[in-house]
Amino acid sequence: MDVGFIVVQSLSGLASASALFIIASGLTLVFGVTRIVNFAHGSFYMLGAYIAVTVVPWLLEIDRSPTLFFTGVLISAIAVGVLGVLMELLLLRRLYKVPELFQLLATFGVVLMVQDAVLKIWGPVDIPGPRAPGLRHGVEILGQRFPAYELFLIVIGPAVLGLLWLLMHRTRFGILIRAATRDREMVGALGVNQAMLFTGTLFLGAALAGLGGALQIPRVSASSQMDLSIITEAFVVTVIGGMGSVPGAFLAAVLIGQLQAFGVLVFPKITLVLVFLLMAAVLVVKPWGLLGRPEAAAGRAALPEGILAVRGFGRVEKLIAGLAIAAMLAVPVFGDAYTVKVATEVLIFALAAFSLNFLVGNGGIVSFGHAAYFGLGAYAAGLLVTKGGLPMEPALLAAPIAGGLFAALFGFFVVRLSGIYLAMLTLAFAQIAYAVCFQWVEVTGGDNGVVGVWPSAWAASRQVYHYVVAACAILAIIALRRVVYAPFGATLRAARDSEQRADAIGIDVRTHRWLAFTLAGGAAGLAGGLYAFSKGSIDPTLLAIPLSVDFLAMILLGGIQTVMGAVAGAAAFHTIKDIFMPLTDFWRFLLGASIIALVLVFPRGLAGAFAGWRA
Amino acid sequence: MAEAVLEVSGLKAGYGPAEVLFGVDLTLMRGEVAALMGRNGAGKSTTMKAIMGLLPARAGRLRFAGQDITGWAPYQVARLGLGYVPEDRRIFTDLTVAENLEVGRRPARGGRAPWTPERLWSFFPNLAEMRGRRASAMSGGEQQMLTIARTLMGNPDAVLLDEPSEGLAPVIVEQMAEAVLRMKDEGIAVLLSEQSLDFAAAVADRALVIERGEIRWTGTMDALENDEQVRATWLTV
Repeated sequence: MDVGFIVVQSLSGLASASALFIIASGLTLVFGVTRIVNFAHGSFYMLGAYIAVTVVPWLLEIDRSPTLFFTGVLISAIAVGVLGVLMELLLLRRLYKVPELFQLLATFGVVLMVQDAVLKIWGPVDIPGPRAPGLRHGVEILGQRFPAYELFLIVIGPAVLGLLWLLMHRTRFGILIRAATRDREMVGALGVNQAMLFTGTLFLGAALAGLGGALQIPRVSASSQMDLSIITEAFVVTVIGGMGSVPGAFLAAVLIGQLQAFGVLVFPKITLVLVFLLMAAVLVVKPWGLLGRPEAAAGRAALPEGILAVRGFGRVEKLIAGLAIAAMLAVPVFGDAYTVKVATEVLIFALAAFSLNFLVGNGGIVSFGHAAYFGLGAYAAGLLVTKGGLPMEPALLAAPIAGGLFAALFGFFVVRLSGIYLAMLTLAFAQIAYAVCFQWVEVTGGDNGVVGVWPSAWAASRQVYHYVVAACAILAIIALRRVVYAPFGATLRAARDSEQRADAIGIDVRTHRWLAFTLAGGAAGLAGGLYAFSKGSIDPTLLAIPLSVDFLAMILLGGIQTVMGAVAGAAAFHTIKDIFMPLTDFWRFLLGASIIALVLVFPRGLAGAFAGWRA
Repeated sequence: MAEAVLEVSGLKAGYGPAEVLFGVDLTLMRGEVAALMGRNGAGKSTTMKAIMGLLPARAGRLRFAGQDITGWAPYQVARLGLGYVPEDRRIFTDLTVAENLEVGRRPARGGRAPWTPERLWSFFPNLAEMRGRRASAMSGGEQQMLTIARTLMGNPDAVLLDEPSEGLAPVIVEQMAEAVLRMKDEGIAVLLSEQSLDFAAAVADRALVIERGEIRWTGTMDALENDEQVRATWLTV
């Protein structure tokens, strides 16, 4: 390789790093002060791009000058900042005291709402932006042509870093932000109105995301998928750099930019995997990130109240469970094809949700990427049948093994962390799995997935397959429920309630959590395998963030603090979704709004609301 | 002197299911130094947190500077002129000494000369030498000075001082006592929580003895020093 090529490759890595840093700096600032990991940060980025492709061409109509181009970019950033203020006033303000899991879910609700809003306003077609006047040419660097706009981006990243440094060290607002990042309660006790501080921080953070998005328009078209792809990258940057640390975000962005620029030469298919591997490696060595610090007052729980009293089934519960099982078994006899399909899926999701609440409610391990194990089980089963030529039976056996093996592999790293870092790492691993399934087209069929995943001849009818699913799912749920009641389950709850105390009485917390993670992954894998055969196909949405969020919404709906709530939540959630989704173009908007409402109004789920209403 | 600046009546507070305060009644006069004395776990820090609004009051009324502050947010209480120096100091370790003071800065009320960093440097000469230093690089005693200086930057009329002498070397404790007396000279009322009778006797006019979440005895500092019975019942470990 010649020097010119290496230099240009490195420069292009720096340009990406700059863009990424601008976005991630906003995320890390908002986290530092509010302690909320804002999923909607990616939505702000997307809105910045959409507003810019609308405003900038309009301004360039007046005069094709660089000044007007950058005026448009700034207008977009400020407009997004105002949206950030709105979000703080209307939503975040109500979330500061709720557990982290709820905060994540609520901000994800905003992501869903913004996605539908963007589709409604700007339509489903990607919108290319204008190129920047005065920066459209290429520059000759060591015999290679390099776009001038990329050079400009390389400069703008450090410039933003410098401006932020001045803001944080030379203004009262910045000093207060830094103080609040360490101890916001004390800042309040000194007479600072935190509400104003938080609103200001949200403006700054959202405006940075908007700026990042607006600066992208000469490079990439505005599209309705750019929110989730950037938010994962921005999460990775903030986690590697240390959450709350702006210089850390810069360092991490540069590292990732270079890794991607050169990684693409060596492993063109798995650049995303490299990035996530870097993250996993950093977190194992430095759990708080490169420049991050352990939280001063980690007083707030990551979790809502989990499963407390595990009482066995009383007479009423036994009756309800028996009736539910009987109803599920009776569906193929009395129901039509559609009812059978929904009932089959309810059973599958009940198992997936139950396995997730085994981690969340019982183990205090908030997995934000549980769909990964579901999807990997589905892919294992689907690929063995279509590419491996195996029949359904061994493929179904392979599904939980695949889910469990990957959960064991990822879980090895995951259980080393706790709280929000743990949630981010589960998300990152889920995105690795997603990226592999998405990018490895030869084997996985990429975005289209693989079709023709059908059950064996004897189970080909919907009715018979329903019984296959019922047998597997119900038995697996019963088995997993027994684990909750067994000493192993109690040990997990002990470790959930106080890791230190559990540690002090000789419990190997990590190993227990690792086994629990593996077990839950296996159960989710089985659910995924069952799902693949019921659909007849596999595709990357089975591992994607939205499905992970669906699972979380199910256990939230059912009530995290109950053992069987997840099953009821899955049934309610899936039935509602299946009935209403075809009726509206705004399903995601409604789902997002419902998740937010659930978090704000019924944080204890349906079961909790019922118990509260009775008491 | 007879005018009360802070009045607490029937204050109940606690953490989750645990009740700590069972109806605290106390009064702090303008410009006086009062010592809230009691054993570990008697409810001293909890009383202060509940007065500041850092912990919700479950019952009772709080009046400060003539206003009912029950249910106010901590920043509102602080802006009305009530300063708070927490027991665990809680300085902003990432910030420099000067920046820590900046966080505490609030405009002065009632035409009094405001506290400025320059005035505080002469008040705490040690701090002046390390104004550009990160607070994480300070000793415990220096950090304790800084928390008081930071609270003074808010130009308070009264200060809640939680266990100022705890864990400090004797020479630093002496400096703390001096600081409290100088605050009194400036007309600032101080309610300090204390386990050490010596420290309280050196600075306080009055003592309030708290045990199991209620005020059990009130009187002058001299009276407490002379009353072996009260000390044995409520204070000695």
